[in-house]
Amino acid sequence: MSGYGFDFHGLRLEARGSGALWWAAGGWLVVADLHLGKSERMARRGGPLLPPYEGLATLERLEAEIAALDPRVVVSLGDGFDDLAAAEALEPRVAAALARLAQGRDWIWVAGNHDPGMPVDLPGRASDGAMLGRVALRHQAGQGPDISGHFHPVLRLAGERRRAFLLGRDHLLLPAFGAYTGGLSQDDPALAALVPQGLAIACGPRAIALPLLRRGRR
Amino acid sequence: MILPPEFLDWFARQGWRPHPHQLALLAATGDSLLIAPTGGGKTLAGFLPSLVELAQVGRSHGYLENGESAKGSVHTLYVSPLKALTADIGRNLARPVAELGLGLRVEDRTGDTGQSQRRRQRVDPPEILLTTPESLALMLSYPEAPAIFGGLRRVVLDELHALAESKRGDQLMLGLARLRALAPGLRVTGLSATVEDPQALAGFMAAARPVTVVEADPGPDPDIAMLPTARPAPWSGGGGHHAIPEVLAAVKAARTTIIFINTRAQAELFFQALWAANDENLPIGLHHGSLARESRARVEAAMAAGQLRAVVATGSLDLGIDWGAVDLVIQVGAPKNVKRLVQRIGRANHRYNAPSKARIVPANRFEQIECLAALEAVRERDLDGDPRGPGPLDVLCQHILLTACAAPFDADALYAEIVSAGPYRGLSRADFDACLDFAATGGYALRAYDRWQRLMLRGGLWQLRDARAAKLLRMNVGTIVEAEMMKVRLRGRGGAPLGEVEEVFAASLTPGDSFLIGGRVVRMDAMREMVIEVTPDPTHQPKIAVYSGVKLAMSTQLAHRVLALIGDPSRHDALPAQVRDWLGLQAEVSALPEPGLLLSESFPHAGLWHFALYGFAGRNALQTLGLLLTREMEEEGLGPLGFLSTDYALLVWSLDALRDPAPLLDRARLRAGLGDWLAGNAVMKRSFRNVATIAGLIQRNMPGQRKSGRQATFSSDILYDTLRKYDPGHLMLRITADEAGRGLVDFGRIEEMLDRSSRREHRMLDRVSPLAAPLLLEMGRVPIRGEGRERLAQIEAEALMAEAGLEGIA
Repeated sequence: MSGYGFDFHGLRLEARGSGALWWAAGGWLVVADLHLGKSERMARRGGPLLPPYEGLATLERLEAEIAALDPRVVVSLGDGFDDLAAAEALEPRVAAALARLAQGRDWIWVAGNHDPGMPVDLPGRASDGAMLGRVALRHQAGQGPDISGHFHPVLRLAGERRRAFLLGRDHLLLPAFGAYTGGLSQDDPALAALVPQGLAIACGPRAIALPLLRRGRR
Repeated sequence: MILPPEFLDWFARQGWRPHPHQLALLAATGDSLLIAPTGGGKTLAGFLPSLVELAQVGRSHGYLENGESAKGSVHTLYVSPLKALTADIGRNLARPVAELGLGLRVEDRTGDTGQSQRRRQRVDPPEILLTTPESLALMLSYPEAPAIFGGLRRVVLDELHALAESKRGDQLMLGLARLRALAPGLRVTGLSATVEDPQALAGFMAAARPVTVVEADPGPDPDIAMLPTARPAPWSGGGGHHAIPEVLAAVKAARTTIIFINTRAQAELFFQALWAANDENLPIGLHHGSLARESRARVEAAMAAGQLRAVVATGSLDLGIDWGAVDLVIQVGAPKNVKRLVQRIGRANHRYNAPSKARIVPANRFEQIECLAALEAVRERDLDGDPRGPGPLDVLCQHILLTACAAPFDADALYAEIVSAGPYRGLSRADFDACLDFAATGGYALRAYDRWQRLMLRGGLWQLRDARAAKLLRMNVGTIVEAEMMKVRLRGRGGAPLGEVEEVFAASLTPGDSFLIGGRVVRMDAMREMVIEVTPDPTHQPKIAVYSGVKLAMSTQLAHRVLALIGDPSRHDALPAQVRDWLGLQAEVSALPEPGLLLSESFPHAGLWHFALYGFAGRNALQTLGLLLTREMEEEGLGPLGFLSTDYALLVWSLDALRDPAPLLDRARLRAGLGDWLAGNAVMKRSFRNVATIAGLIQRNMPGQRKSGRQATFSSDILYDTLRKYDPGHLMLRITADEAGRGLVDFGRIEEMLDRSSRREHRMLDRVSPLAAPLLLEMGRVPIRGEGRERLAQIEAEALMAEAGLEGIA
């Protein structure tokens, strides 16, 4: 799976087709918005019962990236769990998969708005954020330059809806990595405010860079 | 029952006599089905038994004397597919009810009914309630349903032929089975337009006892013919614009005309072209499903008031109020199936005993053959129609969940109730259990939801685990799943809504682009959330909005007739001279397709080889065949580059010639290819989205949902892919495969084509044949990205190199 390489405030980064961000120099793999346990949470709230395989599906894709890149550090950039109860009720198979993936590397769970804390018996450590050089890693964009998630950006390419990175001057927004995650269109005002110009990098078998399309914004 | 004296008096006062079929329905003791054309007093026929009964009951129980009805149950329930129709029926009933002094309440209950009236109808329902299938399903999901319907005596199902054609009919029949359980002794009357198999429709609505079929006198034969035109029809494509002068002349000579056109885009274009030639400013309106409700309502009101001379419409006007003044129907473009044409002609039936007048305008030369075949079928009253499949399981899943909303239920009792419904008579217990399992636990191989099951078994009865889930389920009642649409509005405060366009089309627009909607050209200014803002822009050449959806294919029976007509030169005299000569040339140069023969040709043209197969299987089936054949051709190294399909033929172009198609048309090989191909493609995904939405796996409507952002919802494609990977035997995938196979894919018709063709003939020609020539002009080419394209690119590159004097350089 080939990615798209670019520079961001002194860091050489690669936007992977899977939606993960790779910093080769330090061996950091960053994924945002895993939302593990979403199907369980939706069931708990009395909604439809979605296929309960999203944890496995998400971690399988993450496993492929970890196998390909062998990162030293893996960062879940917030909303790793759909909510705390979901984190606690994590299916044994998924918990086991997580434990396996975390072995031999540093695992950081950055707090998001859905999962402000972290259950005790999962691998890795909780954190409010991290710094890569002068770039901040946080769940939701704040004072730039930073790398963040939260918004789940998507765009339309060749008639298809695709998740995308949004790369601007001060902010790099990551797509949601989780299987059952919705998306916010890249021309939504909230996203346009953070990344008024720059590139969108669409996910897929190959990461495809495109100019940001601003349609009909007033 | 016989008609009491005061009713006979009332008829006399209107200057009417009761029709024989109205009296027949009155006399029927069990369930009945009336087949009658428009204008035959169908609605009154449906309601007379109720009105007579209520008059007698009221008198004996005295509840009509003080003008108040007894509280409690509905006496008669009327169901129709259109909200507008229920409103209209309500108005029509008001007159006899008032003039006969019946003192009844007649109310409608649809999606448009306000909250306070809904609440009141739950506890104090009217004697006669007019509703739609979705609203009935909703009412049955209330705990009060047994009280509301416990005293139900009669049900009238209007436009039953239309409801039977879709899942709305299946949902309605399940609802009817419930009503029959709540009110034993209920009598049901179906009202239908002309259909090809009245007994089948009777079986659809029947419970245990057989249904009495009453066929009204169909009236005089319709006056139907082709519309002669000065300019000949083009060779292919065309939207009937060559006939506009004659269409306008016909509109001028009639009082009110409905001009039926097959697709929305074509309707927009024809409407625009009509107005360009409308020198006398005849008032002509436009009506189709993507126009704003306000626009459609305005057109309907103008029609009813006799203010319009014509309306250009799609199937949106197939059903609806009988506007007495319509005296001409023009069908532009081949009708695709005879039954629909006959039903449309029936709209021009402004006086019951006068012949309906209809004219047909073929859009191109091939359609002239199709229209002639259709005309013959109409004259012979030979309607087409494929037998209905069994009741779909996604509708059943929704029904099970809604049943739980009303009250805890016993699985055995529910199963017994469901198999009493026509479409579900053959439902196996295993399939019922699979649907129940899906509704309760999601039906996954991985048992993950024991704690959070939607339905739980307590005391031998199934009930909702969380009663609050009922609200969400009720918000998502229905079987109509639309494509994602964006609203189009005029810019400015309170900008008028013009209609809707599909999201996919909207995504292709940039500010400044113009497109056609509601007969006007507008320029896109801004797109916000789910709304496109536009300003009128008559000066620019518009893009044409494409409305996707299943394109209606020519029916099997009509295809057979066309094949028979083409294959029999002795019948060609009935065709226009140019068409006759065209077919004659085809016979000389190649061969004529005929029943029992599957004809194909290969010929070179424009530097490529072309393969034409005259399958007459309908455009959907031939498109599927195109996809399968090109895959095989790719495997054989023939380098296919693209294909297109029409109702009668498939055309494939490639680098190398296909000399012997027989092995590629092997049935087993095609079926295997189909299985592979279906697994990953867009047709399946779209079917899945519909099935999953109806069954309740995906909820479209959520409380307090903000339309902007759409962060909450995610693509059904993700669910589809996840299921395929981790749970391939899941019920939703099974239902999707069934449905996709029947719909766009239409594989059944490929098999039918192979079955009826005992002879195959393949001709190698040295150039394009007459029958294939129009295909080369058709639009809708599907490109194939295979090795062929790579080779072509290489050839082109080599040519350029040679031109530049660089050949031979590695």
